[in-house]
Amino acid sequence: MELLMSILIGLMFAAAVYLILSKSLLRIIIGTAILSHGVNLLVLTMGGIKRGNVPILGLKVTASYNDPIPQALILTAIVISFGVTAFFLVLAYRAYQELDSESVSKTRGHEADDE
Amino acid sequence: MSLLHLAIILPFVVAIIIPIIYKWTKKIHTGWLVLPVPIILFIYFLSFIPKTMNGSTVETFQWIPRYGINFTVVVDGLSLLFALLITGIGSLVVFYSIYYLGKNKERLNNFYAFLMIFMTAMLGVVLSDNLIVLYLFWELTSISSFLLIGYWYHRERSRYGARKSMMITVFGGLMMLGGFIMLHIMTDSFSIREILAASEAISQNALFIPAMILILLGAFTKSAQVPFHIWLPDAMEAPTPVSAYLHSATMVKAGIYVVARFTPLFALSPIWFWTIAIVGTTTLLWGSINATKKNDLKAILAYSTISQLGLIMTLLGIGAASLHFDNLSDDIYVLAIVAAVFHLFNHATFKGSLFMMVGIIDHETGTRDIRRLGGLMRIMPITATIAFIGTFAMAGLPPFNGFLSKEMFLESLLNLTKLNLWNADTWGILLLIVGFIASVFTFTYSMIIFFKTFTGKQKAYLLPKKPHEAPFGLLLSPAILAFLVLFIGIFPNVIAAPILEPAVKSIVPSLATNADFHIHIGLWHGITPALLMTVGIVILGTILYKTHRFWKPFITTRVPKKLRIGKSYDKGMSYLEQGSYRFTMTVMTGWLRTYLNYMLFAFIVLVLGSLILTDSLNLKFENLTSVTLVDFVLAAVILVTLIGIVFSKSRITSIILLGAMGYTISIFFVIARAPDLALTQLIIETISVVLYLLVFYHLPQFSNIEEKPRFFSVKTFLSIGIGITITLVALSAYDTTFYDSISQYYIDNTYKEAAGKNIVNVILVDFRGFDTLFETTVLAIASIGIFTMIKLRLTKRRDKNENQ
Repeated sequence: MELLMSILIGLMFAAAVYLILSKSLLRIIIGTAILSHGVNLLVLTMGGIKRGNVPILGLKVTASYNDPIPQALILTAIVISFGVTAFFLVLAYRAYQELDSESVSKTRGHEADDE
Repeated sequence: MSLLHLAIILPFVVAIIIPIIYKWTKKIHTGWLVLPVPIILFIYFLSFIPKTMNGSTVETFQWIPRYGINFTVVVDGLSLLFALLITGIGSLVVFYSIYYLGKNKERLNNFYAFLMIFMTAMLGVVLSDNLIVLYLFWELTSISSFLLIGYWYHRERSRYGARKSMMITVFGGLMMLGGFIMLHIMTDSFSIREILAASEAISQNALFIPAMILILLGAFTKSAQVPFHIWLPDAMEAPTPVSAYLHSATMVKAGIYVVARFTPLFALSPIWFWTIAIVGTTTLLWGSINATKKNDLKAILAYSTISQLGLIMTLLGIGAASLHFDNLSDDIYVLAIVAAVFHLFNHATFKGSLFMMVGIIDHETGTRDIRRLGGLMRIMPITATIAFIGTFAMAGLPPFNGFLSKEMFLESLLNLTKLNLWNADTWGILLLIVGFIASVFTFTYSMIIFFKTFTGKQKAYLLPKKPHEAPFGLLLSPAILAFLVLFIGIFPNVIAAPILEPAVKSIVPSLATNADFHIHIGLWHGITPALLMTVGIVILGTILYKTHRFWKPFITTRVPKKLRIGKSYDKGMSYLEQGSYRFTMTVMTGWLRTYLNYMLFAFIVLVLGSLILTDSLNLKFENLTSVTLVDFVLAAVILVTLIGIVFSKSRITSIILLGAMGYTISIFFVIARAPDLALTQLIIETISVVLYLLVFYHLPQFSNIEEKPRFFSVKTFLSIGIGITITLVALSAYDTTFYDSISQYYIDNTYKEAAGKNIVNVILVDFRGFDTLFETTVLAIASIGIFTMIKLRLTKRRDKNENQ
């Protein structure tokens, strides 16, 4: 399971990086979304996957539970990445309104040619 | 804090109150109010002469005792000589500047404040016993010199000169700090006296030679030795009193002071001897030849200062040999040290007077160009007399003091050829020849200064002002110095016992216990080889002077062009600026993508590199949990959505595939036994997809800006690299547990302590509730941010568009 997950996560990272390096703002945002999915799965896998029962007491009589800490961490991460993604989306929308372009090549840090 | 400390700090304190004085006493020239300071200090330092003849005075003020950094002041012969020069010439310069600088035209508060800061700095340099305090004052001299050179800051040349001197001297200062720290590492002390006492012990240390070279770099840059001499001619843009004080008598001798001070330590090494002797003679020759080709009087004096500093440096280098002879009866090399100290004193007197003389000429005729000057003898007889004494002393003619020190210089060079140490007897002859040639050129430019300015035809039509004799106030200071030049020339032994002897004793410590050591400078000691050489110098120098106009074009146009060090400094600086500009322009492209490329590439290199280099790559595939068919199917679905998103041409496809991926992941959470995660993921994914659709409605289709996916692009390379890196890290890490998880505590206590059964939820709101609090804050900030972005329009552009 961990082998399969690791390869899958690697592929998700690769796809995310590929999208983040594109010129279109939309693809970049999609890339960050995939990246956060990849990270969540990575945390879950590294915490030990399917090694015990659902971490709710009294549901079953069991000796071992799945590690609850990574789950709590991921839960927090999902919410935060949602907040950031929402912000980014609106930022892209506003940037498009102001710049009339969704290409990052229009948003250059400094105007070197002016000097 | 003793009186001695207060004496050093006094000019600095005065510098603080000068602006206040200046504001309230508009009618009096500020210089009059400043003048008592150096005079009082001079008298105070004179009172040390009897004490210094028998030993040194030490006063300590604790500053940072924990690090051994204390403001310790030592007055010994060498420091006292410098302190007297600084305060004595300082008084004369302040007096001179009262008449030189106009009360209404100049910003006198700045001038005197800078000058007083400089005086404190210089006194601190020569009197400090602590290396760090010495360095502190050393940099303060650089800074105050920078301020004084750039005094007329509206002139481009002043700013250039100030910047150049700052760059070079601060470079040297920092090198010297490195040397000082090395000394501290070797001896665990910052005190110069303690370090000198440990000289034998540290001379074999590996840091000994680097420390020596770094300290020498500091001394050479400050004392304008080749090739660091280039700042001094440009520093002539300063007002003439400053040139006279800083750039001839005091600051440029700080490097000489450091060399003399560390002679007992470093003279143990032949590298010290040869480096100083070679750099000194090169500077001597280079400065004296260059001085003959200049037309500006101040430039001639600048190069002559460089040359004379080289001479003193050479003597100190040769004098290092004296540390190797215990038997003083055949130690003829102490003569070099005596000559160095004597010439140091003499140079300060005649060069100070010469600078002031040039200032007078500039003041009274409006020019310093020797091509426009001439025949001023009859108009300005007193100035001419001062100039005569100064230039003839510089040329080394009797009966002036320069003659005596030049004789001793030649004598030392002759002695060098007999030195049976470090091959000096074979190579010393070269130094002798160079010294002789340089003396010939020194004679020549001294004659140029005097005769081109004061004799010949008057060219009144070329002068901006009608020339006349200077007022008494301007003449007094140079006259006092010229008198000293003559007086010391005739009665040299007046200063020998009280001033020169203690100074020599502090450079050569073995003499300190020797009661028989006495300096006797004879004005006439028979026909010696040195005297014959002087005769040769005068004859050759006269010939060179008479033929000056024939060979001057040759050295101005042809020879030095290839060797012009100032040009290479300018080029080097502009290459540095252009180079860093180009580098920045190449690296900082302004494209976000470039920076991402850098970061991702660095990530791959660092993580993969350390993974491989530290041998942490661990691909054993043990202890894996079982894989079911469902897992494979889910993984395959995610893979398909990934490929779809990457290659999709339509944004709606991308969003739907992204949604599909999110839902698949929530199913993953289900089979990974994380119900809360699955629930949240499901909801969040739904909201996200809605949000994407909502926003994308306002955004264009994937435009044609995207290049076609090429396999061999940076993008592909980086994404594959990142993917491989993450996979390898994950595989190496998943089974590497060094200790058990702490989650057993949560499992045990969730119900007992927190009265809950859902462990994840209890962790979120009870055990680790703070995370949740701030995650809520993040959401709040995001929503406020989104609201603001949509509502707040500070640019008017939108409104205009809406109105149309």
